[in-house]
Amino acid sequence: MKISSKSSLIPYVLWIIVFVVAPIILVVYYSLLDLNGNFTLSNYKNFFSASYLKMTITSFWYAFLITFFTLVVAYPTAYLLTKTKYKQIWLILIIVPSWINLLLKTYAFMGIFGLYGPINAFLEVFGAVPTQILFTDFSFIFVAVYIFIPFMILPIFNSLDKLDKSLIYAARDLGASGWTTFRRVIFPLTIDGVKSGIQVTFIPALSLFMITRLIAGNKVITLGTAIEQQFLVAQNWGMGSTIAVFLILIMVIIMLFTGYQTRGGRVR
Amino acid sequence: MSKLPAGAKIYLAIVFVILYLPIFYLIFYSFNSGGTMHSFESFTLEHYAALFEDTRLLVILINTVLIALLSALIATIIGTFGAIGIVSVKSKRVRSTLLSLNNVLIVNPDVIIGASFLILFTIIGVKLGFTSVLVSHVAFSVPIVVLMVLPKLLEMDSTLIDAALDLGATKRDVLTRVILPYIQPGIFAGFFLALTYSLDDFAVTFFVTGNGFSTLSVEIYSMARTGITLTVNAISGIVFLITLLVVIGYFIVLRRSAKNNELEVRA
Repeated sequence: MKISSKSSLIPYVLWIIVFVVAPIILVVYYSLLDLNGNFTLSNYKNFFSASYLKMTITSFWYAFLITFFTLVVAYPTAYLLTKTKYKQIWLILIIVPSWINLLLKTYAFMGIFGLYGPINAFLEVFGAVPTQILFTDFSFIFVAVYIFIPFMILPIFNSLDKLDKSLIYAARDLGASGWTTFRRVIFPLTIDGVKSGIQVTFIPALSLFMITRLIAGNKVITLGTAIEQQFLVAQNWGMGSTIAVFLILIMVIIMLFTGYQTRGGRVR
Repeated sequence: MSKLPAGAKIYLAIVFVILYLPIFYLIFYSFNSGGTMHSFESFTLEHYAALFEDTRLLVILINTVLIALLSALIATIIGTFGAIGIVSVKSKRVRSTLLSLNNVLIVNPDVIIGASFLILFTIIGVKLGFTSVLVSHVAFSVPIVVLMVLPKLLEMDSTLIDAALDLGATKRDVLTRVILPYIQPGIFAGFFLALTYSLDDFAVTFFVTGNGFSTLSVEIYSMARTGITLTVNAISGIVFLITLLVVIGYFIVLRRSAKNNELEVRA
């Protein structure tokens, strides 16, 4: 575009400086302060203590499990959706639940998994004694997977939809079995969709804090929960910022691994 | 779905049921006179009535909508002009730097956005409340508007602008009568997404809201933390209805503009 519209950049660049650059610098700066505002490296020393490292590893493990199960459910769904007759309409129907407020969906599971909820009622038919499903690892992972499924389906669906069908026919003609075709042709060609799906699942899964509070009953501590705890409960912004710095670093590493695809959707 | 084998159909059906069941479960029990989310007693609208009598909740609802509309509007203006600015930058390096910085807030986890904005507002001395929430929502909505508008600008033929300038259009004319009408679908999509981002946001708002001011998400969170209240179910019934209407409205508008484009191409 030849028309010079540099002046239209001014508010935008200001926005970048104030809300993108400054906050990150501030987080790094605060991670070097102790409770009294003096410079210190003790926050980093604390982070490398056994309890924080253990929390980081558990947080990773949960995020991995959540991403894994989401992918396992989402990939076949996306694949089958591309085979349906009115695939765009089915896709919209998959996405609509993701527009319902996250808090409300989480709250629903407080009832469903509750002691008198439908799951326990169902299990009782088979003679099981009602147990508290809420506040377990299972409920935490299930709810998180439930929330992330549409966000994982969307990019995978898009890349499957773009896939050239003749490549699949060619593979089959050349004698590849269904599984080989999938493993050697379909999956490698849709890996970009899978990567962006992982991106929009794994990073938020590390930082979830409201699901851990409502569903896991403070038993599961993720990096996000720890940051929230330090900032809003313990009022120790230095330690909170230190955890945030590590979360940012992890995020950058994941971005480097999965490439730079961004999509207009995320879990808030 | 005729081509699909039975197993595939069952699989898809299960996924759909799991996705929708919790939502309908919530709405179903919003009509329960029993006051719990199990054992349905009898049909009642008392929870909806209670919702509409609760002035505090209504104020929160109005605040939430106000913040969403205002922040989406401001973010759309900043983002649209930002996108026009990015396209006008000739240096590839500057352009890709701007785009990378643009994407930071999209991939950054909300907890970090919230925490860092909390630090920012405290340092600048902005009182936590309506202003801080509004500014935060504008801040995290700008990049998505840019991402929605940018492709439209890039696919635009620059000869259109040359033609307009040759025909004696001023810069302002070019902007208001050539560029903006052309990228209008992108602007519209950006505004809509910004709106949904704002309505859906919990984590960022939770950090910068302070005492005394609340949005629906934050309020639902504090209500849910104390246990099950069927008022929340009633809220979800209304939210579901509104979401459905907005989605349908969005697609009608999208359809109409697509049809208009078709007509223009034909004519």
